[in-house]
Amino acid sequence: MTLNAPAPSQPNFDADVIIVGAGMAGMTLALALVSGGLRPLLIDPQTFDAQLASEFDGRSSAIAYSSFRLWKAIGVGEALVSKAQNIEQILVTDGRTPGAANGAASPFFLRFDSAEIADRTDGEPLGYMLENRSIRAALAQAVMDAAIPVLAPATVVSASVDAAAAEVTLSDGRVLRAPLVVGAEGRHSIIRQAAKIGTVGWDYAQSGVVATVAMAKPHEGVAHEYFLPSGPFAILPLTGNRASLVWTEKTDRAEALRSARPEVFEAHLRRRFGDFLGEIEVLGPRFVYPLSLQLAEDMAAPRLVLMGDAAHGVHPIAGQGLNLGLKDAAALAEVLTDAIRLGEDIGSFVVLERYAAWRRFDNVMLAAATDVFVRLFSNDNPMLRFVRGAGMAVVNLIGPARKFFMQEAGGAVGDLPKLLRGEPL
Amino acid sequence: MQTPSTDQAQGWSVDPQEVERFSRIAAEWWDPKGKFAPLHRFNPVRLSFIRDQALQRFGRDSSARQPFTGLKLLDIGCGGGLLSEPMSRLGFDVTAVDASERNIKTASAHASEQGLDIQFRCSTAETLLEEGAGPFDLILNMEVIEHVADPGAYLRACSQLLAPGGLMIVATMNRTLKALALAKIGAEYILRWLPAGTHDWNKFLKPEELQAFLSSEPVQIEGPFGVSFNPLTGKWVRSGDSDVNYMMTVLKPALV
Repeated sequence: MTLNAPAPSQPNFDADVIIVGAGMAGMTLALALVSGGLRPLLIDPQTFDAQLASEFDGRSSAIAYSSFRLWKAIGVGEALVSKAQNIEQILVTDGRTPGAANGAASPFFLRFDSAEIADRTDGEPLGYMLENRSIRAALAQAVMDAAIPVLAPATVVSASVDAAAAEVTLSDGRVLRAPLVVGAEGRHSIIRQAAKIGTVGWDYAQSGVVATVAMAKPHEGVAHEYFLPSGPFAILPLTGNRASLVWTEKTDRAEALRSARPEVFEAHLRRRFGDFLGEIEVLGPRFVYPLSLQLAEDMAAPRLVLMGDAAHGVHPIAGQGLNLGLKDAAALAEVLTDAIRLGEDIGSFVVLERYAAWRRFDNVMLAAATDVFVRLFSNDNPMLRFVRGAGMAVVNLIGPARKFFMQEAGGAVGDLPKLLRGEPL
Repeated sequence: MQTPSTDQAQGWSVDPQEVERFSRIAAEWWDPKGKFAPLHRFNPVRLSFIRDQALQRFGRDSSARQPFTGLKLLDIGCGGGLLSEPMSRLGFDVTAVDASERNIKTASAHASEQGLDIQFRCSTAETLLEEGAGPFDLILNMEVIEHVADPGAYLRACSQLLAPGGLMIVATMNRTLKALALAKIGAEYILRWLPAGTHDWNKFLKPEELQAFLSSEPVQIEGPFGVSFNPLTGKWVRSGDSDVNYMMTVLKPALV
């Protein structure tokens, strides 16, 4: 695709906002900006349709209902409704062997039910399960329909700022200029490096194994999370009575699973899950990716701003990674739209700091919470097992606390950006 | 006391000590973490008030990127140009005036870096009036009147620069005990938001005093419109409370 930017506000700008990284968060931001009257431009190192191939991204995402509202508000909800599996119930089980799902009541077992928060959410489910591939396809189609310029494949090799603009230089020597550049290109963000923003974080020495399976037994919209000594395991319902399995293992074991023959892999699953899964068939390839926590020390510098995994790579345990990126997109689009209506310089630190301050607390809290969760649950220490079991039982007994956790998982706590409330900019 | 420098506009509205105080920190206007950081935080609430008032007064399209094209704006006491630049981006033809030559230099250098075409001048309201400048469709008179030598005469001179059908927005601080506590002692001595001595509480004006200053002029005055700070969110919002910061609108009727 070639550069075909509409006339920007100043003749020497290629766009209002250059977004480096046309992934799910970056495309969502681009669409949200267009809905607010701004002119974004997307740059991505992959050809734009490469991300639609089944080998590109076999993962699925739990989408909070507030995130889904955002997509509806920017016009991609329609395309995603038929691909979205409602999550009606989340069952969390702690143990060496799955118990609760087999009907044997375990005292240490936590249940979240959408009916309990229906009064607050208009009957919306707890969330939705969507295959990343479907999300990418719907967003890419919307980007094309909105005629948002996309430079892909194109690799950003450096970025710099001056008093009036930020510039990115591509590997073919082209230079693009805008008042603001957004780093939405994931954990190895060039924009973050250009902004001289450091990171903190660590490796969990765990890897996530992801596979999609067809199930013989109906899943009825129930998401299961098991906390096994080697790390959490989730069975997440997908449309068509399929499920996305997310299995975290120590990295060496995960690598062995990646290369295992299909029948070995399936046998492994059965051993883990006992009879619960019933007859399953593994569909498509398996994916293994190392897990780490990585937080940028800041989200904004003059004319450069970070969002999504470029700002915060969290453990996927609570299914919140993409939701955080989508919240970033909603908040950033609102801050920039408000600023442009007031005639402010959208790349100024004064404006970008509003976004950073808005998102900082949420992002750091979630990273900390998931980190504690992982450490608490990925451990076979008997004392910790008792503590976490007691904790879960208590949360189950206290209705208000559980409701709060569900609202938080649904993304409906705090000072929400308009788009996450389903309102236009 | 330091002798006021000579790089100031001359005129009866000029208080040399006031101008000197701002000249000394002129380089910091655009530093978001500098002495004017509180003003940067305050800016959105006044920008949105100005925008809404102007959209309504001039019947412009709120969805346009530059709704105010073709309208002449005067930013009097422009300082570093914190309002002049956004107004220029919204389409106004901006003339920005300040009694401090150093403020004008800072503002002018910053605006040209941004590629904005703004006429900056070291001058005063009375000089503009003598020269026959204007008239202007919108005059911004924001946080200036509490720093001038003769506020009544100054305000009348400004209102005479208004075009028929024009609008002037005046923002200042109320001379109440609450303002003394919050805006003067709180902001300058406790929170250290502003350099000590930035404001003289005795020069703060009550809304009815502004009304009285303009009673001889053919204008309609509305307000006060209150502005207050929410310490929980760290944001300034419009409110019904005019005890500390407030704005007034001055409308000159259109020719029949």
